[in-house]
Amino acid sequence: LGFFAVVCAGAGQDVGRSCILVSIAGKNVMLDCGMHMGYNDDRRFPDFSYITQNGRLTDFLDCVIISHFHLDHCGALPYFSEMVGYDGPIYMTHPTKAICPILLEDYRKITVDKKGETNFFTSQMIKDCMKKVVAVHLHQTVQVDEELEIKAYYAGHVLGAAMFQIKVGCESVVYTGDYNMTPDRHLGAAWIDKCRPDLLITESTYATTIRDSKRCRERDFLKKVHETVERGGKVLIPVFALGRAQELCILLETFWERMNLKAPIYFSTGLTEKANHYYKLFITWTNQKIRKTFVQRNMFEFKHIKAFDRAFADNPGPMVVFATPGMLHAGQSLQIFRKWAGNEKNMVIMPGYCVQGTVGHKILSGQRKLEMEGRQILEVKMQVEYMSFSAHADAKGIMQLIRQAEPRNVLLVHGEAKKMEFLKQKIEQEFHVSCFMPANGETTTIVTNPCIPVDISLGLLKRETAIGPVPDAKKPKLMHGTLLMKDNSFRLVSSEQALKELGLAEHQLRFTCRVHIQDPRKEHETVLRVYNHLKGILKDYSVQHLPDGSITVESILIQATAHSEDQGTKVLLVSWTYQDEELGSYLTSLLKKGLPQSTP
Amino acid sequence: MAAHLKKRVYEEFTKVVQQQHEDLSTKKLRLTKPSKSAALHVDLCKATSPADALQYLLQFARKPVEVESVEGVVRILLEHYYKENDASVRLKIASLLGLLSKTAGFSPDCIMDDAINTLQNEKSHQVLAQLLDTLLVIGTKLPENPSVRMRLVEVACKHLTDSSHGVRNKCLQLIGCLGPVEKGVAKEAESQAAKDVQKIIGDHFNDQDPRVRTAAIKAMLQLHERGLKLQQAIYSQACKLLADDYEQVRSAAVQLIWVLSQLYPESIVPIPSSNEEIRLVDDAFGKICHMVSDGSWVVRVQAAKLLGSMQQVSSHFLEQTLDKKLMSDLRRKRTAHERAKELYSSGEFSSGRKWGDDAPKEEIDTGAVNLIESGACGAFVHGLEDEMYEVRIAAVEALCMLAQSSPSFAEKCLDFLVDMFNDEIEEVRLQSIHTMRKISHNITLREDQLDTVLAVLEDSSRDIREALHELLCCTNVSTKEGIHLALVELLKNLTKYPTDRESIWKCLKFLGSRHPTLVLPLVPELLSTHPFFDTPEPDMDDPAYIAVLVLIFNAAKSCPTMPALFSDHTFRHYTYLRDSLSHLVPPLRLPGRKVVSSAVSPSITPHEDPSEQFLHQSLERVYNFQHLDPRGIQELLEFTIRDLQRLGELQSELAGMADFTATYLQCQLLLIKALQEKLWNVAAPLYLKQNALASAAAKQILEETYKMEFMYSGVESRQVVIIHHMRLQAKALQLIVTARTTRGVEPLFGMCEKFLQEVDSFQRCFISELPHMQGSFVDKLLDLMPRLVTSKPSEVVKILQTTLRQSTFLHLPLPEQLHRATANIIEPTGESDNPLRFTSGLVVALDVDATLEHVQDPQGTVKVQVLYPDGQAQLIHPKPADFRNPGPGRHRLITQVYLSHTAWTEPCQIEVRLLLAYNSNRSKASTRIPKSTWSESLEALPPSENGIEGTIPFSKPVKVYIMPKPARR
Repeated sequence: LGFFAVVCAGAGQDVGRSCILVSIAGKNVMLDCGMHMGYNDDRRFPDFSYITQNGRLTDFLDCVIISHFHLDHCGALPYFSEMVGYDGPIYMTHPTKAICPILLEDYRKITVDKKGETNFFTSQMIKDCMKKVVAVHLHQTVQVDEELEIKAYYAGHVLGAAMFQIKVGCESVVYTGDYNMTPDRHLGAAWIDKCRPDLLITESTYATTIRDSKRCRERDFLKKVHETVERGGKVLIPVFALGRAQELCILLETFWERMNLKAPIYFSTGLTEKANHYYKLFITWTNQKIRKTFVQRNMFEFKHIKAFDRAFADNPGPMVVFATPGMLHAGQSLQIFRKWAGNEKNMVIMPGYCVQGTVGHKILSGQRKLEMEGRQILEVKMQVEYMSFSAHADAKGIMQLIRQAEPRNVLLVHGEAKKMEFLKQKIEQEFHVSCFMPANGETTTIVTNPCIPVDISLGLLKRETAIGPVPDAKKPKLMHGTLLMKDNSFRLVSSEQALKELGLAEHQLRFTCRVHIQDPRKEHETVLRVYNHLKGILKDYSVQHLPDGSITVESILIQATAHSEDQGTKVLLVSWTYQDEELGSYLTSLLKKGLPQSTP
Repeated sequence: MAAHLKKRVYEEFTKVVQQQHEDLSTKKLRLTKPSKSAALHVDLCKATSPADALQYLLQFARKPVEVESVEGVVRILLEHYYKENDASVRLKIASLLGLLSKTAGFSPDCIMDDAINTLQNEKSHQVLAQLLDTLLVIGTKLPENPSVRMRLVEVACKHLTDSSHGVRNKCLQLIGCLGPVEKGVAKEAESQAAKDVQKIIGDHFNDQDPRVRTAAIKAMLQLHERGLKLQQAIYSQACKLLADDYEQVRSAAVQLIWVLSQLYPESIVPIPSSNEEIRLVDDAFGKICHMVSDGSWVVRVQAAKLLGSMQQVSSHFLEQTLDKKLMSDLRRKRTAHERAKELYSSGEFSSGRKWGDDAPKEEIDTGAVNLIESGACGAFVHGLEDEMYEVRIAAVEALCMLAQSSPSFAEKCLDFLVDMFNDEIEEVRLQSIHTMRKISHNITLREDQLDTVLAVLEDSSRDIREALHELLCCTNVSTKEGIHLALVELLKNLTKYPTDRESIWKCLKFLGSRHPTLVLPLVPELLSTHPFFDTPEPDMDDPAYIAVLVLIFNAAKSCPTMPALFSDHTFRHYTYLRDSLSHLVPPLRLPGRKVVSSAVSPSITPHEDPSEQFLHQSLERVYNFQHLDPRGIQELLEFTIRDLQRLGELQSELAGMADFTATYLQCQLLLIKALQEKLWNVAAPLYLKQNALASAAAKQILEETYKMEFMYSGVESRQVVIIHHMRLQAKALQLIVTARTTRGVEPLFGMCEKFLQEVDSFQRCFISELPHMQGSFVDKLLDLMPRLVTSKPSEVVKILQTTLRQSTFLHLPLPEQLHRATANIIEPTGESDNPLRFTSGLVVALDVDATLEHVQDPQGTVKVQVLYPDGQAQLIHPKPADFRNPGPGRHRLITQVYLSHTAWTEPCQIEVRLLLAYNSNRSKASTRIPKSTWSESLEALPPSENGIEGTIPFSKPVKVYIMPKPARR
């Protein structure tokens, strides 16, 4: 019995700061290295000192895998690799590798430049860190070292998001990262083959939610935008720079194209331009429609969407503006919001969740009068809409993925404990697999039933399968051979070969057994009776009566002598080699039962 | 001369027959002559290495082998086969054997034994598989030989234990294709080996190789296709296969389950892990639904497609497929659909602008939530949201089929279909609109649904918009607001895309006539009439105003109270539109209006009847009074033709019929006129002018007959024979005219001969129709045939002339439905004054958009012709993909025509028109003849006799102004 351990350094019964340590067959792998958005102190990064009390991380970890570019999955990476010190390989997909540094740089800027923190990683550190990254392709099996291999699967969620399979020997773990089982306007659905891992570590953000069809939400969104634009109003959509923003852009772009609309759409510049560039490049990671049509036209080369300029906000006439940041708490989106809020023709659409305390949250909860800096009161007359576009799998999606992968154990991370509890119960009930939901720092040990591969020579295999009835594909079959354990490998060879290889001489092992039979007749008559008896029973074997008065059944020899003391008792001497043990013991037991009463 | 001719003709005919006989008899004799095989033998013997031999065989395989020498070749190959050590050469030989036994006319039973023998000693798995393939070919060539098949199946069964998957694969395939289908045969053969093919194949459902498993399922399906009733016991086996690791296996298993569900829909199967039982078709439906969320999209497509054809499934299961329980934080949430419905029923129209409008309400019992529903739950919800558009299309199609058979399901799936109108792929959108149209008789659109549907009207794709117009034509709307909404959106569409005019008007026509009571309260608003004030008269040429009027007038047709609401100018506009757009505006009964009531007779009855009656009456008159004096006949014909033409213009329903008959009468008129000419009585050379008239008549008749044959859809063989008869008469006329005008007899020989051949082929084609043609030209001609073939050309001509005069006028029976193929070029409009400028020598693409009606097989027949001012004509074959099929009998051609010319000094007009190409080989007559009697000899006939190809222009030409500029240096 083998087992391996999983420790959550982050994301255990929690969202944010994803960092999971897996120890599988002697290999230690770290999955994701994220930061927590809720904290600004040491708690924002995982506690790396937990991994090794004293000693270098590089010696302890075999590799680090990053599932996608969201900061709660990769935010602590430069800190981890440059400040704590890790020199081993870091694996991520190509788009993640491309976009990740942009976000990290952005994050660094906000923390250092805006909040004025010191002792934070620098731009150079981000660059150095990215040098340690090895990019992988989808479905490419990467050999980390001789035994450890990893493989990426498509996960939807954001561009370049991947699920990773980590495999050592025949033990394997699948880590999903964040994933989405329903396709959206720019990404496809997550997919995994029936890889039957020992453990599936899955996110469970929406463990207790089953969502409505995406189409309704999209239609509502488009309808609202369309109506406002037709009325001559302006639409403000506060977004985060990456991910959902692109989906909404595509949605609006295609809608404008379809409906032949002329109102301008603007996208606030900055980070996004660079990111859009990468979206254009990584067409293979997008959904079917974009992949199929990019030859005629790359969907990310927006025709209707133009870069935004501060001055445009005062332009008359309808327009749609995507502006950062997403929760209306600062920056451009807030500026535009202040300008437009007074007109009831305008509309603001919040495409996602807003943290308490932000302007976004206030207007969503129905507040119509906002106090801005300098005691200004801003009256919000514009319409406020809420539209959820989330790219996580819902409860059904998670179940669907489990059904596809058929794991032997499931471990839930990246979700709230209460919700996990429900999902855990469901998983155990429906799939009859054990399900875990460790808290941070808790070690989960998974017991596996590892299979041990043994080499067998083709000759032996053919010889052995030829014996007996036609092999039934799904039934185990008994084989004879010698198991050689040499240099950490197992081989099954024929006994002759084993002897030869080990330089041993063959020993004959014979069993002899005496069976007493009460038979007053002469010896050769007894022999004849035994012969007839055996011949009658063992129809499939060759039973011979040799001239010297002995009987052979295959290679088993039976001789009969009279008992030295009691002539009425005959002693049958049965002798067989080790190889014929089965038949030999059967014969003796048969003979021990005695001969049938002779027919007169 | 005539004697000579006759001899030749006779010889021609008799010879053909004799040769055929000879062919049959000599075939056997030539069989053993191994000309080809000898060469092959020599080659193979020469071959020093296997590679050489392989080369020879490859070369040999490229050439066809005559039927006679197949057996010889096979013998040589087999001989070589036994000697050959190299597996690849044996493989090639084996495959050649299979190829050879496919040769038409060769009966492979003679080589079967040898082929089976070769199997015995073969060691190579690949060769074995190939040999089995050969046996399969042999087996399929001998369908009426159960014993042979039995033997082959036995051979296959023997090799089923082979260790190679390829061999097992082929064995299963062979069993599937050749296994005994009738129970009786199987019983008979049981003495040899009690073989139940189904069991044998079923045993391999658990094979270790996925390819073999697939082959086993396929073999089972093959057996089913051949008519064997599969046992129900297979069902449970097949269900297990649904969980297979390999997608081909799963895909095939889905098919098998579907087949079984169709065979045993009503039998009862237990539900595992409970002691309930359900109908097999329901169980299978649930299982296939489950596969809609399979990991492989191939399987998903397959499953989604098959769902559509499971109509026996109980409605309870069917409705589950659209079911998806939403929850959020373990609390029950309503879907957007449910919310929309509730809003609608509560009378409040979509507010939906609050955050948390969709806030979850009641708590859910955690135990009751079933996340992975076994069974049908939400299958279509998943299918319609799938990543691959192939799956989505399949799901939409399946929805369509199921909804057509179940009105309640149609009502339920409406929301989902409406959602699909916003799919990102146009094909899916189009498909869902079409689907909606097909099920529209079962549904009524709610207002909010209508709203979503109408939003698509702004789509920039013309196909989508037109499909939507089609849909609106047959939609039921529930409220007057709905109608108003539809009208407003359609008018918006009209302003945005003025080219949609026709289609929008048509759409409103149906919308009006379907919902008269809903339109009624809207009329004052729509016409902007006021109880006290006179309102200004709207512009009559405004397409939007016309659209409104079309809606109202069509509603007024079945709503007699409506005209009371009209103002004066509305009545005037009505009369105008009734005349100019008669296909859109129905006749109205407007009391008290003299102008109007005169248009339609007061004693109103369904109006088709009198005109149809009129048509038949006028025809009867023509047929009855044919023994009138020549002048009278001519006059009568002329009048009738005129009447019919006018009738066709007035009554679009009868246009096809009227035109068709008018054309026929026109032909007859021309014939009569030609025969009335004086030239027949006078010596030929003197009347050159008149006979120009006669020959022109003959030519025109020929053209008209082609038009009659190919331009009308719905022409039956009864008409075809008459048309052909008319054509024959025209040809006779041509012959006579030529005989009259040309000196010398030589050219006449050829003509006579050709004519007689045509008569002959006519007789052969229409032998069954001849009894109906008493007293006709051809009837008389056939009576005189022996005389004709023996006589000289001049005599032939004389006979023809008299028969032509004496022959009676054939009655043209009218088919049930007859439609004339018409084409209308919408674009280019031909109104532009701006020439299309392009550099000479380069090409310019001209968009052509045309509607075609009643054209059969437009992909093959419709061509675009471009006529340049210099008389140069260009014929363009549009791509098959350029034709769309928006409705039955209608097609739409949207294509690009490439123009090019040398430089001109001034812009000039070119003509674009559509042509209908025909080929008399493809004629309806020949396709109707049963194949067995005629198809072979058809090929033997010289092409000149039948292959007249031509084109008929069937659209008005459109002029396009173009200007090729000289290239700048």
